[in-house]
Amino acid sequence: MNGIPLFVVVPLGAAFIIPIFSRWIKGFSDIAGNLICAFLMGLSIYFIQNAGQTQHYFVGDWELIDGIPIGIMMVMDGLTILMLLVVNCIGFLVSLFAVHYMSRYTDKEKYYTLFMLMVAGMNGVVISGDLFNLFVFLEITAIASYALVAFGVEAEELEASFKYQVLGGTASALILLGIAIFYLQVKTLNLADASRVISSLSDKTGMVFVGVLFLTGFSLKSALMPFHAWLPDAHPSAPAPISAMLSGVVIKVLGVYTLVRLFFNVFGLQNMPAIQTVFLVLGTLSMVVGAFLALGQKDMKRLLAYSSISQVGYIVFAFGLGTPLGILGGLFHLLNHSVLKSLLFLNSGAVVYETESRDMDKLGGLIHKMPVTGTTSVIASLSMSGIPPMGGFFSKLIIVWAALDSGHPVLGGIAVLASIITLAYYAKLQKSVFLGEMTTAFKKVKEAPVLMCIPMVILAIVSIGLGLLLLPSVKDSLLGPAVQVIQDGLKYADKVLGGP
Amino acid sequence: MTVYILAISLFLIGLYGVLVKRNLIKIVIGFMIMEYAINLLFVLVGYREGGTSPIVSEGMSSEIFVDPLPQALVLTAIVIGLGTTALLVSFAVRIYRKYDTFDVRKIRELRG
Repeated sequence: MNGIPLFVVVPLGAAFIIPIFSRWIKGFSDIAGNLICAFLMGLSIYFIQNAGQTQHYFVGDWELIDGIPIGIMMVMDGLTILMLLVVNCIGFLVSLFAVHYMSRYTDKEKYYTLFMLMVAGMNGVVISGDLFNLFVFLEITAIASYALVAFGVEAEELEASFKYQVLGGTASALILLGIAIFYLQVKTLNLADASRVISSLSDKTGMVFVGVLFLTGFSLKSALMPFHAWLPDAHPSAPAPISAMLSGVVIKVLGVYTLVRLFFNVFGLQNMPAIQTVFLVLGTLSMVVGAFLALGQKDMKRLLAYSSISQVGYIVFAFGLGTPLGILGGLFHLLNHSVLKSLLFLNSGAVVYETESRDMDKLGGLIHKMPVTGTTSVIASLSMSGIPPMGGFFSKLIIVWAALDSGHPVLGGIAVLASIITLAYYAKLQKSVFLGEMTTAFKKVKEAPVLMCIPMVILAIVSIGLGLLLLPSVKDSLLGPAVQVIQDGLKYADKVLGGP
Repeated sequence: MTVYILAISLFLIGLYGVLVKRNLIKIVIGFMIMEYAINLLFVLVGYREGGTSPIVSEGMSSEIFVDPLPQALVLTAIVIGLGTTALLVSFAVRIYRKYDTFDVRKIRELRG
């Protein structure tokens, strides 16, 4: 027993307990939900000390026999720890924000139940060492987020959620079909064991077919450019804490993490060299087109949603470069974007909570009435568009540097161009919501409640300080091991199962 | 090999339904066809010619077993499919109450 299964068991148990006890105890869901999230955050921070090594847990004590796994495995390595940290820290801050925000809706305990299911599913996706298990957790997250997107049950929300379900369901079907064909050829579902078998296969044509199915499925989940249609509807329609969770964490865990884990650690870049080009093309396309589409938006949350597409494009682009520096840039941008985008969505939630509007033409000058929300939002926007001392500057610098370094000067130039457009649409957002002239309709607006301000302030401080993670001594404890895991590629199998 | 191709054609029929049909309920039916096709394919993957159920007992005549793992996975997949289908149908009904139609061409508040 090494505490790994707690990441799934605790939120899953909470999802069961919360609706039962909130029938009798008033306010139980708030307290229990936040305590559980705080516990998970503490647990994920505690596990940072193990970042350098690979731990595993056998579900039901089905140990390895001659180095071959026969049961379900849970694996925890550097990359897993980084993702768990992102999921659980953002999860805690978001649930703190939800205490006030969700009181506008009915059935708060159902919200917490679904939220816990979502967190359990994401933790499960990240720590699972088994392909089918990963799929099950992915579906848990997906079903919880379909329901959460439509939490307000208005016409628009139902429509957005239906669209999300159709595209998400298609993605899941493609992934499951991929798993079936994967099993047909590899005869194992354990990721580490499978990666050994794939390397020894003489004919890899079938694996290319599986690879294409997985690529389509997981790109749909991460809303890369040709597969993005659901995101700009689904993310803005959700309640603000859920938008923050969806844009900040879910698309990265379900999409980017799974893509990277499967194609770098299981299939291996040397077995499938075309995948790097595919990542570069999808990444470049998303970052440019996402940025241009964001520029034309009038709805504040919709602008942020398009910005998510663009920034996820940067992350996938950086992984596509395949060099250690590119991988570092990708992971660091993933970290930055999670913090910044959840902060921006929480800001938009505070604005909606106080003004009941998210139309950028009607809002304006809110920084005078809502100083905390306004200031944190300005910080996030500056960091996201890459202004020097902030974290976002360093991650984009690393990505562009890595592109130049690995012989893609044109793509590096496009990344810089997309970054300038990013600055443009964030300037537009700030000008029309927080700065500029105030309309008379919002004279009586107040600052958001304290419990909503605390998460925003914490996230803003973290976003300024994230650049410190690149200091050599700090880097070795968190980002270094994660980069190492991806860079080692197929050595993943030996680390998990033990071997030469 | 033929059975695999047939299962994948069934999957493609389902995908066609999801992509082309305009009626919400027909889209849901397309989804169900897709799920059944995948479940069928999964069971076929585990099938062995002349195999028996994989329970070891005394006096066994056959040495060939059917692979039990895909069957266990299919059970899980069916449950997940039930969940997603139930959610889709309930949303279709809620949308019908709001818009008085199942036609996706008329359900268009969201654009861009």
